Amino acid sequence: MYDVTIIGAGISGCSLAYELSKYNVNALLLEKENDVSVGTTKANSAIVHAGYDPEPGTKMAEYNVKGCAYTAELCKKLDVPYKQIGSLVVAFSDDEMKTVNELFDRGNENGVPGLEVWDQAKLREEEPNLSEEAKGALYAPTAGVVSPWELAIALAEVAVKNGVELKLNTEVTNIEKAGEGYKIITNQGDIETRFVVNCAGIFADQVNEYINEKKFTIVPNKGEYYLLDKNQGELVNHVIFQCPNEKGKGVLVSPTVHGNLIVGPNSVPTDSSDLGTTLEGLEFVREAALKSVPSINYRESIRNFAGLRARTGVHDFFIYEDEVNKGFFNMAGMASPGLTSACAISVDMVQTIGKAGLELTEKEDFDEERHVVRFKHMSHEERAELIKKNPLYGKIICRCETVTEGEIVDALHRPFVPTSVDGIKRRCNSGMGRCQGGFCGPRVQEIIARELGIPQEEVMKDRAGMKIITGETKEVGGAN
Amino acid sequence: MLYDVIVVGGGPAGLAAALEAKKNGAEKVLVVERDKELGGILNQCIHNGFGLHHFKEELTGPEYANRFIEMVKETDIEIMLDTMVLDVSEDKVVHCMNKTDGYMQLQAKAIVLNMGCRERTRGAIAIPGDRPAGVFTAGAAQRYVNIEGYMVGKRVLILGSGDIGLIMARRMTLEGAKVVGCVELMPYSNGLNRNIVQCLNDYDIPLYLSHTITNIKGNKRVEQVTINEVDENKKPIPGTEIVFDVDTVLLSVGLIPENELSRAAGIEMDRQTSGPVIYENYETSIPGIFASGNVVHVHDLVDFVTEESELAGASAAKYILNGEADRESAISITAGACAGHVVPQKVRLENIDKRVEVYFRVSNVFHDVVIKVKSGDQVLCQFKREHVAPAEMEKIAIPKVLLEKAADKKVVISVEKDGE
Repeated sequence: MYDVTIIGAGISGCSLAYELSKYNVNALLLEKENDVSVGTTKANSAIVHAGYDPEPGTKMAEYNVKGCAYTAELCKKLDVPYKQIGSLVVAFSDDEMKTVNELFDRGNENGVPGLEVWDQAKLREEEPNLSEEAKGALYAPTAGVVSPWELAIALAEVAVKNGVELKLNTEVTNIEKAGEGYKIITNQGDIETRFVVNCAGIFADQVNEYINEKKFTIVPNKGEYYLLDKNQGELVNHVIFQCPNEKGKGVLVSPTVHGNLIVGPNSVPTDSSDLGTTLEGLEFVREAALKSVPSINYRESIRNFAGLRARTGVHDFFIYEDEVNKGFFNMAGMASPGLTSACAISVDMVQTIGKAGLELTEKEDFDEERHVVRFKHMSHEERAELIKKNPLYGKIICRCETVTEGEIVDALHRPFVPTSVDGIKRRCNSGMGRCQGGFCGPRVQEIIARELGIPQEEVMKDRAGMKIITGETKEVGGAN
Repeated sequence: MLYDVIVVGGGPAGLAAALEAKKNGAEKVLVVERDKELGGILNQCIHNGFGLHHFKEELTGPEYANRFIEMVKETDIEIMLDTMVLDVSEDKVVHCMNKTDGYMQLQAKAIVLNMGCRERTRGAIAIPGDRPAGVFTAGAAQRYVNIEGYMVGKRVLILGSGDIGLIMARRMTLEGAKVVGCVELMPYSNGLNRNIVQCLNDYDIPLYLSHTITNIKGNKRVEQVTINEVDENKKPIPGTEIVFDVDTVLLSVGLIPENELSRAAGIEMDRQTSGPVIYENYETSIPGIFASGNVVHVHDLVDFVTEESELAGASAAKYILNGEADRESAISITAGACAGHVVPQKVRLENIDKRVEVYFRVSNVFHDVVIKVKSGDQVLCQFKREHVAPAEMEKIAIPKVLLEKAADKKVVISVEKDGE
């Protein structure tokens, strides 16, 4: 019997697992896919928001501001890529300048530090590539850009290292009350647990309703993006938002923490299976972003993707213990600023579970030491030294992102092991560059097969079933 | 470690450059190759059709490469395999590394850049839809099939009629896959005519001109692909959808010269070729750094890569022996009407013997045209062509005596209708 079972290993589930792992608690993290962070966490704008957007008094307002600071702290502690580059909400009309001023007031009410309203001259000086139509902007110095999947992976790794059990490929199909606690029915067998925390992202309503009364409905909302090559990454210095409207924060243009340029998203209500980009969606995003930065060169596009926001129709998170089924907690409706807030919510969630009866004694030997070799960012001397110690760092596997075999082998020997090419991509950046894995893909596949001792055919692109190769050549029985 | 010439890349361009550098007096020559063996992309091009110009016979890719590998073996040219070049500096230090020698900084007197090109990807052309497994660039698929011995799919649609795509249409068919079609955005094919005939027509694979992919569906593997006809602005025409049940999409949508090292070194680039601006001797804007082959501009035939690279290698040797050539006197050659890029972009008359060979591409398919080499309004020389197409690189030789007449040291190459 577990003390706490967390359903879903996105940023919410991983951060909660991390916070729980600081205590002597028998915790389990369940994930239906073959890796953590493969849902909404891996496909969003990757922004740590400052906190001027949410309505004062909401949980969103509280945790956004707290989370902004805490996420930055965690990234530093756990060696996760993060850059505090600040954000700008740009006004293109006098009307929008009013919105900027309202956001300034709201941000101050929410306790966002350091907000400034910039006039056109200041804006032009700081962001010379912005459209000449830009009239002014709200500047929020605490906003940043992060690698969300690397953050979730880091949190889960530390959690696992400190005793949290992670079960991948385990899909919850029902939940029943069982004595003091719950029985969780999964495709891998039943699990008994005292407490349950639902961190199931866009499936959170479904998981909640396995046992509880409906309190919220997730309406997945799709956002489509462009990712551009690094030569476009310096077009702007801050996260550039347009003024928010009824559809959300609008289309942003921002450097990513890895040095690319991200452009997007649009906002399309859809269902949980729809992760496709569309001609219309991409065109909308392209055009909308040009309003902010007219010189974006889309010929330098290296990838499009779409992600789903776990929206509920209510502009707040659903963080609560079910009234009837005590010991069942929801961490749901984690739409923007969900990424920013999740880590701070998890800190409080642990205490809430504590108040509900979970004994919380801190571990004396909690170990959150985490260091990742990033060859690309090393000096010549450091590189020479590293290769002397381990020749695997002397072999470049991904030429676009300068990723070595040593880093990939490292990733395959961490507290829990990725088994797909994209799993390695999320940990090492291989395949994230301009050739999109055309060069390194087969080589990464080979290394995974070798290190894990499995046939190359069994190494998937990403999720289970995403076969890259369909067999060997010269096999009998083709389609002809 | 001081080298006379360091060649970056051991494909056909690098091998030819190294050999000629050696023949022309460079003593210590090094080829740095990132793969486990020399030959570059030719190693996976197991079809024939290579060498018709250079060797006057038809060879496979590996055979063509091997001729040069054997020649290199006869010399004392040093080879570093499995070695990645990370940085080339303006003062000609090559930073490279491998598992056995570690991180190295090698000084050269001259450098030849022969990194070749890479394939455009799905992301570069923003094909909408799901992102399942089963979407490959044609070259990546070719590597899986021809080098690693793996099949990448059973029912295949090919986007783009570039040569690698056409070759892979045939290759996949011969391996037992069903290739349902080849889809080309332009109203004409982007591959060599012989490949259209031998790789599509001979296997009854339909070619959909003026079409493009408008949706890819599939949760895990590709399941369905929709194509639409496009209008003259290349916008999909609603109502023209054709849906294919396939598990694989191969992309042959263009090649891009691989110039990250060149850009980082500060070499002047040509936006049209995406390669370095090149002088008549294949020298870049940095004296003593040369470039040739697909890193300069994408070729259809390896034979011309060889020809160019021999010139680049010989020039590197001459640079070491004779020193820097004057740059002020160069005539600039640019592309005019109906012409794409031109290589070389700059010509120093004192560096050429009797004529300079100029490569360029036309911007559309034309019949009965005249290629005009003009200086202002004055036509220096002209060349008649019955048929020109963007897929087939044009080569003209401009006599030195005519170039000498160029006013303002500016020459424009344009394609005009015969009789205009």
